[in-house]
Amino acid sequence: MELLECKRLCKEFDGKKILKDINLTIPKGKIIGLLGKNGAGKSTFIKLVNDLLTPTSGEILINGKKPGVDSKEIIAYLPERTYLDKEMTIKQAINYFEEFYSNFNSEKAKKLLKDLNLDINTKIAKMSKGMQEKLQLILVMSRTAELYILDEPLGGVDPATRDYILDTILSNFSDGASVIISTHLISDIERILDEVIFMNNGEIALTSSADELRNSEKSSIDDIFRRYFKC
Amino acid sequence: MDYIFDNERPIYIQLVEKLRIEIVSEKLKQGERLPSVRELALIARVNPNTMQKALVELENEGLVYTERTNGKFVTTNKELIDKIKKELAEEKIINFLNDMENIGITHNDAIRYLQELGGNK
Repeated sequence: MELLECKRLCKEFDGKKILKDINLTIPKGKIIGLLGKNGAGKSTFIKLVNDLLTPTSGEILINGKKPGVDSKEIIAYLPERTYLDKEMTIKQAINYFEEFYSNFNSEKAKKLLKDLNLDINTKIAKMSKGMQEKLQLILVMSRTAELYILDEPLGGVDPATRDYILDTILSNFSDGASVIISTHLISDIERILDEVIFMNNGEIALTSSADELRNSEKSSIDDIFRRYFKC
Repeated sequence: MDYIFDNERPIYIQLVEKLRIEIVSEKLKQGERLPSVRELALIARVNPNTMQKALVELENEGLVYTERTNGKFVTTNKELIDKIKKELAEEKIINFLNDMENIGITHNDAIRYLQELGGNK
């Protein structure tokens, strides 16, 4: 059974087709780049998988089941925008995750936060944007999930923070789990990808192994993407 | 060992090249046990699957072998290491001679320069 499978998945808003006939399978144990320009449909796709939207037609199966209570337990999701209440302290955020997710490892989260020299009594609102991004990533990566879905984890942070984020993803995803990373910042992330999915205008334009694509096109994924989607 | 990758070529091939050099230069010693795939991937900051693919390639070349349940080791086959070292050296020398030719220096002159400069080093 595939970890994630989409069959003829469509999503419309007010009659406008945002996702058109998406057929896709995501196996276990892969890091996948979901790459597309702004408005390509990446976030809509991710929200459908996370049961935050319902399909207009077609089907999503996670370990053979429709999105719901079971899938929320096995998917660790980092949304594009924070959903943490910024009035909370780090400690409260940890407690919140602990209450919500049985597979949340608070010891791991505390250790990772300690490595950043963060005092857990700090209010989230008092932290820099980069630190807030790191905190959220730590919370998500401290879950023992089967699928991690990270929506634009590199958006708006400096290059050093990007490196930290990539390293944290690599060193913390569970054995055998898959990671879907949606981004348009391809050059920063391409070295860690097994597979790439190019999305354009609500459709899957291309799926390939990252190394095979580099080999056949003799260029970086970033360059291939730029050529493919040249405006 | 620095792991800076050229995004224009498959990452696993670049890993094979780097690890091959580590082995022939004996930075990784003969018979040495390698860290786990996951650890190696973290050191190189790449995906574990990519590291795995590179190790399979090195295993096919005979530079690395697997001891069941015990992990992966660097070969103790000195002849193989010497052979691959020679191949790498040949490749670099040919590139060097071609570069010299491109700037109008004959092979004989290139060798003479090498001897002169090599003697000073």
